[in-house]
Amino acid sequence: MDLVTPDLGLLFWTGLVFCLLLFVLTKFAWKPILKMVNEREQKISEALDLAEKTKAEMQAMQSENEALLKEARAQRDSMLKDAKNVSDKMIEEAKEKAKSEAQKIVNSAKDSINSEKLQAMNELKTHVAGLSLEIAEKIIRTELSTDDKQKALAEKMADDINMN
Amino acid sequence: MIYGSIAAIGAGLAVVGAGIGIGQIGGKAVEGIARNPEASGKITTTMIIAAALVEGIALFGVVIGMLGAAK
Amino acid sequence: MNSIRYFLIIFSFISFPLISFASGDKNPEKEFNVSEMIMHHVKDAHEWHLWGGELNGVSIYLPVILYDNEVKVFSSENFYHGEHIVAADHKTHQPISYLKGKGEATGYGMFHEKIYKLEKNQLNFEDGHVHGNIQPIDLSITKNVTSLFIGAIIILILILSMARFYKSNGAVAPKGIAKFIEPLVVVIRDDIAKENIGHGKHHKYVPYLLTIFFFIWFNNLLGLIPIFPGGANLTGNITITFFLALCTLILTLFSSNKNYWKHIFATPGVPVALMPIMIPIEIVGIFTKPFALTIRLFANITGGHIIILALISIIFINKNIAWGALSVPMALFISCLEMLVAVLQAYLFALLSALFIGAAVEEAHH
Repeated sequence: MDLVTPDLGLLFWTGLVFCLLLFVLTKFAWKPILKMVNEREQKISEALDLAEKTKAEMQAMQSENEALLKEARAQRDSMLKDAKNVSDKMIEEAKEKAKSEAQKIVNSAKDSINSEKLQAMNELKTHVAGLSLEIAEKIIRTELSTDDKQKALAEKMADDINMN
Repeated sequence: MIYGSIAAIGAGLAVVGAGIGIGQIGGKAVEGIARNPEASGKITTTMIIAAALVEGIALFGVVIGMLGAAK
Repeated sequence: MNSIRYFLIIFSFISFPLISFASGDKNPEKEFNVSEMIMHHVKDAHEWHLWGGELNGVSIYLPVILYDNEVKVFSSENFYHGEHIVAADHKTHQPISYLKGKGEATGYGMFHEKIYKLEKNQLNFEDGHVHGNIQPIDLSITKNVTSLFIGAIIILILILSMARFYKSNGAVAPKGIAKFIEPLVVVIRDDIAKENIGHGKHHKYVPYLLTIFFFIWFNNLLGLIPIFPGGANLTGNITITFFLALCTLILTLFSSNKNYWKHIFATPGVPVALMPIMIPIEIVGIFTKPFALTIRLFANITGGHIIILALISIIFINKNIAWGALSVPMALFISCLEMLVAVLQAYLFALLSALFIGAAVEEAHH
C-alpha cells in the first residue's frame, strides 16, 4: 500500500526543488529564451515579408520594364511608320513639285516659244510690211516712172472715185 | 501467492480493455489521416489525448493489480 | 559498425543490474525473491545501493533528517549497519525482521524504509504492519530526493547554458545545446500552450509547461539509467506525480474564470432537474483529472521499471545464464520503448495540463 501513499518528506523536498526550479528557470531561462525565440521568429518573418515584397517589386518592375519595352517598340514602330509616311509624302511632294516645276518649265517654255513666235511673227510682219512697202514703192515707182503711166493711174483713180 | 495471481489476471484484463480502446483510436486516426492528410497534425494530437485518457483508465486497473501483487 | 558499437554500449548498460543481482545471489541461505527485489527497487530508500549483497555490498548512505521535537541529522548507515531484529507478529505470529538503529539512530527502528520511534525498545507488528509506534516527521535526503537534486542540477545546467547562449549571441540561429532544446520549446509553446490554452492567454503558462515537460522528461530518462546517477524510480513515485498534478490543479483553479465555474454549477443546456446529479459529477471531475495525471505518470514509469527488472530477473529465477539470450534482448527492447514513453509521458503531462488550464480560462462562446 505504501507504493501509492504520498510520502511527506519526499513531498516536502519535491515541492521545494520544483518550486525553486520553476522560479529560477522562469526568471533566468524561459523568459529570455522565449523572448529571443520570438524575436528571431519575428525577424525571420520580417525577412520573409521583405523577400516577398522585393519579389513583388521586382515582378512589378519587370512588368513595368516589359510595358516600357512594349511602348518603346510601339513608339519605334510608329516612328518608323511616320518616317515612312513622311518620306513617302516627301517623295510624293518632290515628285509633285518636280512635276509642277517641269510643267512650269514646259509652260514657260511654251510661253516664251509663243511670245518668241509672236515676236518673230511680228518681226516677220513688220519685215513683210517693210518688204511689201518696198515692193509697193518699187512697183509704184515702176508704175509711175512714165507720164503715161501716171496719167493712166490718175485716170483710173478718177474712175474709181467717179464710180463711187 | 493467490493475491498475485488474481492481480495478474486483473492487470491482464485491464490491458485487454486498453488494447482494444487504443487500437480503435489508432486505427480510426490512420483512417482519418488517409482520408484527409492535411489534418494529420490535429488528428495526431487528438489521438494522443484520447489514447492517454483510455490508457489512464487502464492504468488504474494496473495499479490495483500491482497493489494486489505487492501484498 | 556504428550500430554494433551502440548495441554493445546499450547491452552493457542493461546487463549492469545483472551483475549487481548476481552478486546478491551468492548469498546461499536467501532465496531470490523477484517481487521483493522489484518492489525494493521501485520504492524509495535511505541508501543508494550500488552493488553487492544487502549486507556486504557497496552503498551510498544518505543523510537521515528527522523532526522529533528537535531536528536530528545522521547517516542512514546507523540503520543499515545497526541491529537486525526478527520480531514476531502479534496477530499472525509470523517472523518479521526490522532494523534497529545504532549510534545517533538509537531509539528508532526502520521497517520497509519507514522510520518509527521504538516503544519499549522495540517495534510492534500487527498483520504485517507496524502498530502503536510513532512515526517522527522524516525529511531525509532519500534516494529519490538525491535523484531529484541530480535531475534538477542537470536541467539547470542544460537550460541555463542555453539561456546563456542566447544572452551572448542574441537572436541568432541556435547552436549546440540550444539547437537541441529550442525545437522542444517551440513545440511546447505552439502545439501545447497556444493550441490548447489559446486566446492570447497562454504566455504566462508557457514557463510552467516547459518546466513540467523538462522536469518529467529528464527525470524519466535518469530513471532509465541503471547505474548510480540514475536508476531511482523518481517519476514513478506517487509523491512526485501527486505533487506535479497538484501544481496543475492549483494553477487551474487559480486561473479559472466565471465561465469555468458556470460550467460546473450551471452546465448550459442541462435541465434543472438533473442539476443534483450533474453538480457532484462536475465537482468530482475537477479532482479526477489531476488524479488521472498522477496515476498515469506513476503507473507508466513504475510499470516500465518493473517490466525491465522482471525480464532481467528471468535469468535469476531460472538460475541459468543462457536465459540471458532471451531476457536481455527483450529488456533492451523495453528499454528503448521506455525512452519513447519517457518523452511521451512528459509531453502528455504538459499537454493535459494545458488542456485543463485551457478549459479554466476559456471564455463563453455560445
